[in-house]
Amino acid sequence: MATSTATKNSAKPVKRQENDTVTVRFCGDSGDGMQLAGTQFTNSSSIFGNDVATLPDFPAEIRAPAGSLPGVSGFQINFSKFDIHTPGDRVDTLVAMNPAALKMNYKDVVDGGIILVNEDAFTKTNLQKAGMDVNPLDDGTLRDYRVHKLPMGKLTTEAASDFGLNTKGVNRCKNFFALGVVCWLYERPLKPIEEWIGKKMGKTPAVADANTAALRAGWNYCDTIELFPQAYRVAKAKIAPGKYRKITGNEATAMGLATGARRAGKKLFLGSYPITPASTILETLASMPQMGVKTFQAEDEIAAICSAIGAAFGGACAVTSTSGPGIALKGEAMGLAVMTELPLVIVNVQRGGPSTGLPTKTEQSDYLQAMWGRNGECPMPIIAASTPANCFDMAVEAMRIAVQYMTPVILLTDGYLANGSEPWRIPQSKDLPQFPVKHAVSNNGEAFMPYKRDERGSRPWAIPGEKGLEHRIGGLEKQSVTGNVNYDPDNHQAMVNERAAKVANVAESIPDLKVEGNPEADLLIVGWGSTYGAITTAVERANSGGKKVAHAHLRYLNPMPKNTGEVIKRFKKVIVPEMNMGQLIIKLRSDFLVDAKGLNKVQGKPFLVSEIEEAIESALK
Amino acid sequence: MPVEPLKPADFASDQEVRWCPGCGDYAILAQVKKTLPALGIARENIVFVSGIGCSSRFPYYMNTYGFHSIHGRAMAVASGLKMARPELQVWVVTGDGDGLSIGGNHLLHAIRRNVDMTVLLFNNRIYGLTKGQYSPTSEVGKRTKTSPKGAIDFPLHPISVAIGAEASFVARTLDIDLKHMGYVLERAAAHKGTSFVEIYQNCNIFNDGAFSYATDKNTKEDTRLILEHGKPLIFGKDRNKGIRLNCTDPEIVDLGEGVSEDDLLFHDEKAAEPSLAYLLSRMHHPEFPEPFGVYRAVERPCYEYVLDEFCKSSDPPASAEDAEIDALLNSGDTWVVD
Repeated sequence: MATSTATKNSAKPVKRQENDTVTVRFCGDSGDGMQLAGTQFTNSSSIFGNDVATLPDFPAEIRAPAGSLPGVSGFQINFSKFDIHTPGDRVDTLVAMNPAALKMNYKDVVDGGIILVNEDAFTKTNLQKAGMDVNPLDDGTLRDYRVHKLPMGKLTTEAASDFGLNTKGVNRCKNFFALGVVCWLYERPLKPIEEWIGKKMGKTPAVADANTAALRAGWNYCDTIELFPQAYRVAKAKIAPGKYRKITGNEATAMGLATGARRAGKKLFLGSYPITPASTILETLASMPQMGVKTFQAEDEIAAICSAIGAAFGGACAVTSTSGPGIALKGEAMGLAVMTELPLVIVNVQRGGPSTGLPTKTEQSDYLQAMWGRNGECPMPIIAASTPANCFDMAVEAMRIAVQYMTPVILLTDGYLANGSEPWRIPQSKDLPQFPVKHAVSNNGEAFMPYKRDERGSRPWAIPGEKGLEHRIGGLEKQSVTGNVNYDPDNHQAMVNERAAKVANVAESIPDLKVEGNPEADLLIVGWGSTYGAITTAVERANSGGKKVAHAHLRYLNPMPKNTGEVIKRFKKVIVPEMNMGQLIIKLRSDFLVDAKGLNKVQGKPFLVSEIEEAIESALK
Repeated sequence: MPVEPLKPADFASDQEVRWCPGCGDYAILAQVKKTLPALGIARENIVFVSGIGCSSRFPYYMNTYGFHSIHGRAMAVASGLKMARPELQVWVVTGDGDGLSIGGNHLLHAIRRNVDMTVLLFNNRIYGLTKGQYSPTSEVGKRTKTSPKGAIDFPLHPISVAIGAEASFVARTLDIDLKHMGYVLERAAAHKGTSFVEIYQNCNIFNDGAFSYATDKNTKEDTRLILEHGKPLIFGKDRNKGIRLNCTDPEIVDLGEGVSEDDLLFHDEKAAEPSLAYLLSRMHHPEFPEPFGVYRAVERPCYEYVLDEFCKSSDPPASAEDAEIDALLNSGDTWVVD
């Protein structure tokens, strides 16, 4: 690998080794500010020009007992000179702020990787809290790694105590000290971080100054004492020209929903109830009143969806956002939206289940719930986002399908997409799809038929305020065309068929399933949702290593693209990786009669690339 | 634009009314139809929302916009509708089971938010549509198919619940007193905020005579206390009995024997604190006459109007380019790759 010696921020020339891709993980107590340090490292790397992918991993407890194992919070970032799709399997550099964080994370570090520890936190008490009798810094536990012990508490105190903060306040700056160290190690620019500090903390100059001082102290410490014999550099990635921002899945979902409503020519209404990991969709949309977005924090999940249904009846582009437990509560109301044939987007940011399960961890085990988790014959379109930025496109798409087909639509994302981030080339509004809604208008006193369908199978959307179209809808079975309550057996059969046909018709408006990788391969990997990054990387590596593997990723799960069966049947072997015990595979096997094999994982964590690679390897043996 | 004068019949839909013959719901339907024309609101701007139960069939019989939703959730559906369309006039029709049992949570929260709508809670103290199980307002000891030895759970009192939920308008009326109901409905419709109206309604099939004490012409003068703002609490066939406050408890006194009207409690529906209204809501038959009329009517901001003020925005343009979207997507930290 090439080395160079120039670094603009540094006093002395530093030897820097060029790396293609690096993974860094910050971990510490949940009060140590690791999410912040990781986010700022990500911003700096994005602005520097790398491709990045992140994985925050935090506990369900806001502040578990300090120093305890359940209280450990981590943030992983992968940055590269190439196009990357995952936050990285193994860690090159680990920052561990206390013994518990070290214990929970060191095994993920590559052999010979760097571990930076806050030596000050390795006290007898903290070791006990982490269940350790001996100090792992001394007993050879870490012999396979390059360990750097830094008295971060002491050094931060020295750097940040002149600005009038109390001891506790000064001590809270040590995440920025650690960040300064890692920035030096990988030649990350400090400027974007300092600007962020100025913007966010500028109102209390003492806090801003202390954190800036800690950040710089971390950098200068490395420079001065030549902490590392070797430093690194990851060159800018070749990224398509354009204007970029970093975006998390939930931000993208929120922006997509707000955008989708305006593309429909309407205002957005969100009825929601706080739930991990979906809450930030509600928070983000609550900050968009200038877009005409109305958000309503309801008293519970049921009220959240019911308020959205009421808003849809009134003519709003309505949404409810939640996670699995919330979907369980919304089931009956989702049926009401199917029966009343009102447009509605239901976002499920999936998390580990069942029941409360693993609130902050990721899983994709709600697909069958989305398909069949309601009473009666109750079909609705289901779509799934594949990357954090793709959440934007799929949210716009969910809104399009909802208003064009007068139906509730489920948008599946998950905790990994929700909190994970990537750089996003910002689209321009003029390039985004437009699908203006046309409400029903009265026709010279002609009797209004609320369930008379158009060529798509959609009923008219008539809203209060339109004279002459006064009508009643509800959860009881409707007579076809008139919409009057009707219990006739033949009519019920006809209406069940009509509702199913309408959902099936959505297939006419969606793109074909694309085959990535090598289309001539014998082996096809079929994925959906957030496994996209790991599958893509594994398939790219396999193909560049001389194997032949294809990849098809489903973003439309109900109905599926029209060519899905044809694609899947073309391959001799089909593997379906899912972060569940095998859900999509049931549908693929039953719909297309293919002998697909599952690759299943429910550990609250996304697939490692290596896990998919191993499955490819053994399938091709 | 002036609204053409409407007649009660204009509010009747083409659907056959399917309540049991003799049900108290018929009287309420008739009185609502009679009240609406006086409000001067066009039919297309009125929406009736209901949950599930006998009462919740109501929207089907009104020639306005209507939404027969799911059990207990009418308040949430109506709240969302009002937030999306603050200019509409929204009525919620619910029952003791729908509104206080399965939908209790939504009732509380819609009331505290003071969403501007009128809530009619038909209280018949029984589950009618499911054929006669006890409800959250059934009295202790009530024998039904699901309480063969008598109901064990203590009933809720709808007016007390509404006041506890910070209601800005609370009233009670009963199905057979059309004149009184008309007055209460008009007041409720005119009030800005959640107007909660409990209507005593007879279920002649499963709980016949539940309110006969208040409807029987021989007893009603002694069992009903008609509330009038600023007036003393007087009742009885000869209007010779009143309610006086003894420490913090109400007591019945006979007027004349050393007790004058000035010694009685005076009704104040506009009192800032709901204590008096709550005290009235605790007066139950047979110990006390039960108060009818407006318990409480105070002004408080309505959720959907405040929200609407917060969310003023430009309408989406017809053109492909939308400056609001571009501003949103480009907000925050961005960088350019050449």
